[in-house]
This record gives sequence, C-alpha cells and structure tokens, in this order.
Amino acid sequence: MNFETVIGLEVHVELKTKSKVFSPSPNAFGDEPNVNMNPIDLAYPGTLPLINEEAVNYAIKAAMALNCEIATDTNFDRKNYYYPDMPKAYQISQDDKPIGQHGWIDIEVNGKQKRIGITRIHLEEDAGKLTHGDDGYSLVDFNRQGTPLIEIVSEPDISSPAEAYAYLDKLKNIIQYTGVSDCKMEEGSLRCDANISLRPIGQEEYGTKTELKNLNSFAFVEKGLEFEEKRQEKVLLAGEENFLQTRRYDEKTKETFLMRYKDVANDYRVFPDPDIVPLYIDDAWKERIRSQIPELPDARKKRYMEDFGLSEYDANVLTGSKQMADFFEETVEAGADKKQASNWLMGDISGYMNKHTKELHDLAITPESLAKMIQLIEDGTISSKIAKKVFAELVETGGDPEKIVKDKGLVQISDEGQLKEIITEVLDANEQSVSDYKNGKGRALGFLVGQVMKATKGQANPPMVNKILKEEIEKR
Amino acid sequence: MSLFDHSIKELEEKLHNKEITVQDLVDTSYNRIKEVDDQIQAFLTLNEENAQVQAKELDTDADKSKRLFGIPNGMKDNIMTKNLRTTAGSQMLKNFDEPLFNATVVEKLNEEKAVIIGKLNMDEFAMGSSNEKSSFQTTRNPWNTDYVPGGSSGGPAAAVASGQIKFALGSDTGGSIRQPAAFCGVVGMKPTYGLVSRFGLVAFASSMDQIGPITNTVEDNARVLEVIAGSDKMDMTTVNKDVPAYTEKLADGIKGLKIAVPKEYLGEGVAPEVKNAVMDALKVYESLGATWEEVSLPHSKYAVAAYYLLSSAEGSTALARYDGVRYGERSKNADNMIDMYKLSRSEGFGEEVKRRIMLGSITLSAGYHDTHFQKAQKVRTLIKRDFEDIFENYDVIIGPTTPTPAFKLGEKTENPLTMYMNDVLTIPVNLAGVPGISLPCGFSEEGLPLGLQIIGKHFDESTVYRAAHAYEQATDHHTKRPELGGEKE
Amino acid sequence: MAEITKEQVERTADLIRLTISEEETELLTSQLNEFMKYADQLNELDTENVKPTTHGNDVKDVMRKDEPTKWITQEEALKNAPDQDSGQVRVPSILE
Repeated sequence: MNFETVIGLEVHVELKTKSKVFSPSPNAFGDEPNVNMNPIDLAYPGTLPLINEEAVNYAIKAAMALNCEIATDTNFDRKNYYYPDMPKAYQISQDDKPIGQHGWIDIEVNGKQKRIGITRIHLEEDAGKLTHGDDGYSLVDFNRQGTPLIEIVSEPDISSPAEAYAYLDKLKNIIQYTGVSDCKMEEGSLRCDANISLRPIGQEEYGTKTELKNLNSFAFVEKGLEFEEKRQEKVLLAGEENFLQTRRYDEKTKETFLMRYKDVANDYRVFPDPDIVPLYIDDAWKERIRSQIPELPDARKKRYMEDFGLSEYDANVLTGSKQMADFFEETVEAGADKKQASNWLMGDISGYMNKHTKELHDLAITPESLAKMIQLIEDGTISSKIAKKVFAELVETGGDPEKIVKDKGLVQISDEGQLKEIITEVLDANEQSVSDYKNGKGRALGFLVGQVMKATKGQANPPMVNKILKEEIEKR
Repeated sequence: MSLFDHSIKELEEKLHNKEITVQDLVDTSYNRIKEVDDQIQAFLTLNEENAQVQAKELDTDADKSKRLFGIPNGMKDNIMTKNLRTTAGSQMLKNFDEPLFNATVVEKLNEEKAVIIGKLNMDEFAMGSSNEKSSFQTTRNPWNTDYVPGGSSGGPAAAVASGQIKFALGSDTGGSIRQPAAFCGVVGMKPTYGLVSRFGLVAFASSMDQIGPITNTVEDNARVLEVIAGSDKMDMTTVNKDVPAYTEKLADGIKGLKIAVPKEYLGEGVAPEVKNAVMDALKVYESLGATWEEVSLPHSKYAVAAYYLLSSAEGSTALARYDGVRYGERSKNADNMIDMYKLSRSEGFGEEVKRRIMLGSITLSAGYHDTHFQKAQKVRTLIKRDFEDIFENYDVIIGPTTPTPAFKLGEKTENPLTMYMNDVLTIPVNLAGVPGISLPCGFSEEGLPLGLQIIGKHFDESTVYRAAHAYEQATDHHTKRPELGGEKE
Repeated sequence: MAEITKEQVERTADLIRLTISEEETELLTSQLNEFMKYADQLNELDTENVKPTTHGNDVKDVMRKDEPTKWITQEEALKNAPDQDSGQVRVPSILE
C-alpha cells in the first residue's frame, strides 16, 4: 500500500516589541531571572492586562505579509490551564476572532512551486520558564511571561518533510523581512510543533496524527518528520492502528519518543476576557500598517532578476535573508557594480560568515566600505588579489578601504617607468628564462611574472606586467 | 453627638477653620472602633500607626484645600493597599501583608490626603450576600446584632452605619454595595461600569465589578465619587470622560423628573413593608414635582440565573491565580506540583468560593458553554435592552434595593439558592452596567433599615444623586443612628 | 439538560485543582444540579438572534504605547513567594 503524508505546522514567533504584550515590563532576552516583570506579569490580585498597541500592529503586519485577511473585529480570550510558569492560570490568547485568517505562502521544493495555506494567525502571551531540578523542586523565572507571541497555524497542505523545511524557511524569511521578529530558533524566538499523519493515497479522510515536540531547528523538524513518517508507515503496513499521541524528538538518536497519548482534549474553558476591550481594526488602521510593510522576498527576487539582471540563483541567495538583501542594495546604492557586489556577498562574505558562524550584522564590513573596495578594484588602485587582503582587514576590523590600502602600502604599481625598472632587474637576474621563452617555452613567462610579483609584493598591475615583460624580452 | 454626625463638607470646613484637627477625626474613629467593633466585627486590619503619623503631618500641613482632606475612611479588604494586609476575606491571603501597590482609588484618596483607618470585612472574594462567608469573622448589623449586615461589603456598610469611619469604599458585582447599604441604613453607590478604575480591586467578575462609596448621606457619597472616579491607564475598561462635579448639581431639584417603577420590583417575593416604604417614597417624589409610572423590565426574572452563571464563570478563572506559587498560602502538605495546587487551593478557599468556581467551571466546560454560558450572555443583552428601552422615556428607575430587610444570622446559609435570590433586585443593574444607588427609606417593624434603589442611565450619576438627594432632604431617615455601645446582644 | 453527575463534579474539581471529599462531592452535585435546574428557565427565552454581551461596556480600541517601564525589583517580585531559591520561585516538581 502507498501512503500520502499530511503535515501541518504550528509556529510560535516572539515579537520584538520593547515591552510585553499585556504589561509595560521590558521585553528582553537573556537577563538574570525575575527582573523583567511586574505585578501584572505575576498575576497579583487587582492587576489588569494592558494591551500593547505595537504588539497588535506587529501581529497585523505579520499576518498581512503572510497574505492573511485581517479581522475587523477582534477579541482576546482566556484559555484556562494550570502550570507554575503561567501565573494567571489562564493564557490570554485569541480563539474565534484571530487577527488574521486564510493566508498563504509559496514555497519551492526541487524546482516545484507549491502554495501552502495558513489557517490563522493570532496574538497571545508567552509563559515564564520552568527549570526542573533533580532535588524534587523546580524553579520558575517569569521574565518571559507576557512576551508577545504570534501563533501561525498552517493548513495540512504540506506533503513531505522537505516541504515542511521549505515552509519554515520561507515563513522565517518573510517574517524577518517585516521586522517584527528575529525568528531565532536557538533563542526560542521561533518555535515549531508539527502534526503529521499518513493516509492511503486516494483516501480523503485524514489518518490519526502525531504531534511532534522538541523540534529545535529546521533540520530537526525535517528529520523528526522523516522518522515519524517511516514509523507511522511501519505501523500501518503491519495492519496496526496509530493512536493520537504527542512524541518528542531526540536530537541524539534522531528518533521520536512517545510523551503521552491524548485521549480527550483538555477542556480550556475559553471565553472572552472581560478585562481586555475588543479591538476594531478599521480600514485606516489596516492601511497604515500595510504601508509599513517592506518589499517582501519574492518581489525583491523578481526585481533583482528583471531590473538588475541577476541570475535566478543569485537573486534567490541574495533575498534569502533581509539582512543580505538590504546589504546588497545598500552596497549598490553606495556606487558598487551590481554583479561585483553580488559576487562578493555570495562569495567571500558568505564564506566568511559560514566559516565563523557569524551573521551579517556581526561583521565589521559595511555596504559603504564594500562598495568603496569594489571601486578601488575597478579603477585599478588595487588588484583583485590585493583586494582579498583588504577584505580580510575590512571584515575583521572594518574601516576605510582607501586608508587600509594606503597604510599597508597595498596600492597597485601601475607606473610604467617604475615597473620597467623592476622588470629590467628581474630579466637581468633570469637570463636563462628569457632565452627559454624566446626558444618557445611559454611557461617561462609565467615564472618571470611571478618573479615580478614577488619583487613588488604582489602589488604590480598584472596586465601591465604582462605587457611590459613581453616588450622588454623582445628588446633583448 | 459624634463628630461623624457632621457631613464631610462640614468637617472639611471645620478643619479649614481650625475648629477641629485631623487628630480629632482620627481619634474619633479609633475610639469608636474600640467602643463598638467588638460587637460589630467590621474591621479586619487597622492602620492605626500610619494613620496617627499621617494625622500629625496633616495637622501641620498649611494646604488644607484638598477634597476629603483628613477624612477617616475604610477600605473593603479586596482593595489593594500597599504594605497593608489585603486578604479579600480569604484564608488564601491571610498573610498577604505586603501588596506591592495601591489600588488607583487608594492613590486618589492619598492624593487628596484622606486618612485610611483600616481594612473592612467582606464575604470571601466578594462571593456572598451576608458577610457570613468571610473566612475570618462575621460582621453584625449595627441596628440589631442578631442580623446580618448584608454583603459582600458588609464590613464597610456596618462600619459607616456604626460611626466608626466617615466613609468606606466597597465593591459591587451583583449588589455588594447597595444591599449592605440598605441593610445597614446608609447610602451606597454602584457607579456605571467603567467610571471607577478597577486597578487594585481583587477581581471577581471583571465585566461587572465596580468600586463605589458607602456614606451616611447622598452628598457625602457624591463627594467621594468625585474623587475616585475617572479614567485610568491601568484599567482599559475605564471610560475616558470628564467626571462631573456631582455635588454642585445636587440641590438643583427634581421638578419634572420622570420616574419609572418596574412592576417586577414590587411583585412577588417583595415584603409588604418594603413595598409600602417604596410607595411612600414615590409620594414624596410626587410632592417634589416628579412624576412616576409603572413600567416593566420583562427579563428581570432571568437576571439571577444569568448573573450566577456569568459571574461564577468569570470568577472561576479570576480565582485560578491563587495557586500558592507566587504569593498567598501554599499548603505544607504537598510534595509534588499537582498536590501543591490542589491542597493549597482546597485549604485556602471556603465552601462558597469552591461552590462558585465549580459552578463557573462547569458553565464554561464543553457541554455547557453554549447552552449555559453563551445563553446567559445573550440573556444579559436582553436585560440591558430592557433598561435602554425604559431610559428612552424616563430619567431614573426607582424600586426597593432588596426584597426584604436584613435577615437573621444563619437564616439563609443552608440553601445557597435562597441566598442568591436575595440579590434579585440589584443584579440587573450590574448586568446592564448602569449606576444604582441605595439610600435609607424607612424602617421595618423590627426596626431594621429599608433601602430605596435609584437606577440611572449610563454615566448619569448626576441625575441619580440629584434624585436621591432631593428625597433624602425631604425625609429624615438619614439622620437616624443605631444605638450601640452600652447594650449587649 | 442532563443532570450533572458525581463523576463530572470530580473531574471538574480535578481540572480546577481542588481536592474535595466524598461528602463535599455529594453536596456539590446536588447543589449544582439544583442551580442548573433553576437556570433552565433561561431556555424559555428565544435568543436565536441575540448577540452575547461579553464585556461590561462598549469601550473599544484602548491600548498602551510600547514603552517599557521598570516597576518592581527582583526582591519585591519574590517578596511574597512562599518559597524561593537564587532569584527564582521554587515549587515542588511535577513528579513525586
């Protein structure tokens, strides 16, 4: 029997507002425990939630970027359950009136385009953090309590682990473009739970799904789903039944393990929170947010191909993150040739980032300095080879490329008289090679060029060296 | 005669003219407390040390122009007072000695230099109508200590009625200010929902809770509301409107005032003596130039059911935060997380609270959510419309505050439903969000006070106060004081 | 409406983290049923086209500017906690 895989993803993204979603505490990551919180976050008696306008705007912005219809009437609900990291014992979330619905994004896997539906996007609050000790106690840090989150629920349109990866990658990219979140999975600002089920091809009814947890990178999402796909297939082929369950992905063994069976859904007793007034998102409000959404990756890619004449591959890589694309455009704006800027970004800069696992903004090089360096190459001040030296300096410590070139004496020697002098010396010292060349051994020229470069510490202008060398040999 | 027989305005003048000192007022309070509160049991916590320090400071203060300057008052114990124990009448918070902030109403009173004398008893988490559901003590009715003072703001009403303080703040979710005010013969106002900030009020049912003043007279009441009302950035549900100077319009008279009298408020279950008192009051109104007509609030009989479903549902989640994790009592008998929750909550909550949060949780659960919770929300809409319809043609609605005068201690503790039915005339006001006041309108044969309820349009406290003041000035019920002190029960 | 069963009362108590004795369960079951029976009168009303009232008034769109403020210190945050350890609130672990 052949099976078809059905995957739906639930992604939580932390919004990087300055303050929390329902209290004015700072929204910060990585501080010492229990400093970024106040009586509202701690659910002290008598406190009331105070909704952050920017968090709502960010949620609308993300929903728009993901092609959602934006609600006109929206509301916040109490979702009731107990856990020590959830001080009110209810989470403020959105139930039947989410901010966005019916969105989609386009992904591409193996050259094939596919549209994945987004069921809904809603705004809610994050919980604190519980650390389990081994002494029979757990510790609670409430700093994260109240961090604004958007939950993005996909339609079960994803048919393979690879598509799941592509969906997440695209989702992250789009949201980063909007600027509402860093989407850093390693810091927990993007989290993903996956639902997966299998059904015989042709069957309309969904199979029984598994919920996968502890997926801490896109790669783990893909690997976890791959494992789960095979596991469910085995169960079905053995004629057995899959049970509704939650499984945990183990990064070491690359397997999934049963956490619990879900018999009845928890009764969250959801109802509208009377402490939070409903929001009426009118057209003017929507338009205001829409006008703030920057050009998104697909549109940029198209522009890079059509207006800049870049290849699809280059355009893809450059728009792969907003940082990269912005860097590229700023470099071009600062006067660099488009193709050169693209080459440097995709070549040396990306290489450096990968080697040192750094982000673009961690590097000392700026679009302006890159542009200047490219200009120095173009006007012949430095050779491409010297440029590598300048780049090494720029990327580590930054600065003005012109000054680096001057300070380090890296200016290309293009003065004909000066070059002639050096070449004459080299020829005098290598008469054997001169005669070899004259006798038809072309390789000897390469050796002589090398000697010139050595004598000039690589700063001689290569085309000129070639030209003068040939002329001077002729003369002998 | 006690200093507290003077109105707040008179006391402010006396202070201004240096006839009396704040120390005199504070002494009047604490002396009276020592004299009578053993019998009344209104106070849970006294703020004596701070109040004495404050009195000395205020007496040297050159600027005595603040409203309520130096006036002794008490807070229902569900109103947060920074560094002063706030228990909400519950064992759960019996050691909650250091709330981290003041309620907005307390901040406003502090700005005006009013003096907080102490914290007042209440039914646990404001769930109760007799004060018998306080987990600490049962406050008695000052007019007859065998009777309940009403609830849940029984402590505030009894303390004002027995002359221990000049005014109190209570909270009213289904009648918790007006019913005890009626039972104790004082004036209690439940303002329009959204007029007074709920920040710092221990939440019960957030869509209905309101803080309001309890005083001896209508004028005093209006004076306090002027201070505590107003929008607050800490409470999103407050309404951004200027607060009118209620006291300035009080004496404008009520000629031409159109009064609606709902027949449901004088129907079955309402005691004849209550009915008669209301009819007498209507005659007074006629004599003052007002007119009245009988009307119908056809959905009021559904109010009790809708109210208890909705308030219990909201309350069940509002009280979920009391889990022994961050504050409050944690059971010492728990060695795992689930037991910590269960034992802390079971030991910390009293039976009425447990009953309500059970009712509320079932109401919100899958099988009941549509048929009961949503149904009640829809019935609330119908009840709101009843009021809107009446107010198209009338200025105020008048009826009794309660179907009967105060009942005896223990009389209604057996059957929760009979206790709930006592709120039948006050509940619709909370469901509709309109303002309602209770003021004295006579006494029962047994000498217990009766309350007249005046209900107004949204944010039309001015007219409610004006109507109440006119009646009060034409009668002398508000001048009566319970006899206390010497006698024993 | 079907009667509330004892099991339902037990399950609800568990859900909202209450321990109730056998006796309390019996009493609650009968009192809750009595109230629900009383509340059945709401079914006399046709509310088909009536919008539910979810809030205390019609206020809309009240929001706060995104301005972070510090309000309390870590010490204050933990002041009322029944148990704490190195700047965090301590609770018994989920397992025994």
